[in-house]
Amino acid sequence: MAFDSLDAFFAMGGYGTYVWSAWAVTALAMVGSVLHARRERRGLLRDLERRARREAANPRTDRDAS
Amino acid sequence: MWAFIHKVGSPKWFYGISGRLLPWCWTLAVALILIGSVWGLAFAPADYQQGDSFRIIYVHVPAAFLAQSIFVSMAAAALVFMVWKIKVADMAAAVMAPLGAVMTFVALFTGSVWGMPTWGTWWIWDARLTSMLILLFLYLGVIALRGAFASRDSGSRAASVLAMVGVINIPVIKYSVDWWYTLHQPASFSITSRPSMPVEMWWPLLLMVLGFYAFFMAMTLMRTRSEILRREAGKHWVRELAAGGA
Repeated sequence: MAFDSLDAFFAMGGYGTYVWSAWAVTALAMVGSVLHARRERRGLLRDLERRARREAANPRTDRDAS
Repeated sequence: MWAFIHKVGSPKWFYGISGRLLPWCWTLAVALILIGSVWGLAFAPADYQQGDSFRIIYVHVPAAFLAQSIFVSMAAAALVFMVWKIKVADMAAAVMAPLGAVMTFVALFTGSVWGMPTWGTWWIWDARLTSMLILLFLYLGVIALRGAFASRDSGSRAASVLAMVGVINIPVIKYSVDWWYTLHQPASFSITSRPSMPVEMWWPLLLMVLGFYAFFMAMTLMRTRSEILRREAGKHWVRELAAGGA
């Protein structure tokens, strides 16, 4: 352990503002990317399900070529 | 060989295999980044010159590595798409661009925050900093170009060309610290050569770099899968997937 106390850890030897803002922005960017990707995937799956249900209910709807 | 390329390039095959790989990538990314963070923030010794401000290295260097590696990967995917017309390669290139832009921004931001206590300035038109800023604009250009066409195929081709041309900037970034020796220090970390810093500082950095690469892998696989669902929504196998509750 490089620090004697929790206070010393947060103070980062006087560089606390620099160290923690750099780490915070990095963490936000990465967590934000993951959340965005998850929301994207869920939205797409929901759309596909809705489309599948619609087609099951109405089988004569024209379908794209597959 | 030809058959193999087309098998890998088939969206259906890619969707299946990437789904099986994905949990491993996430586990690896989370584990490496968590251990590397705790180690780097709390256990690595303070630098004898920079004190604790050097702990920014553990996010700055991995982000800068990714910023460049993602561009190279994107250009390689663009080349595969242009030469073999493999759609999955274009989808991968499309989802890499925003992540690359985010990582370039993170590298610039953390570098700036690190520059203040060590150089006494947020920004200077040093060769490394300038070429990284150009990288950010290249990413934004690739993203904008892809969306600027009415037909997806034209957008894909234009974005691919810009990615392949823009990759010239990567060796410029890499050698900028040697060609124009201004303010940014030369590379102090390499996976292949002997550490130039004490090992107890180097180990957490290695874990962070590998963790960021695993994160890039996981993000790319995940979003390429989404891109497949979006572009192949009308295909039979995607419809079956949706009907089966995916």
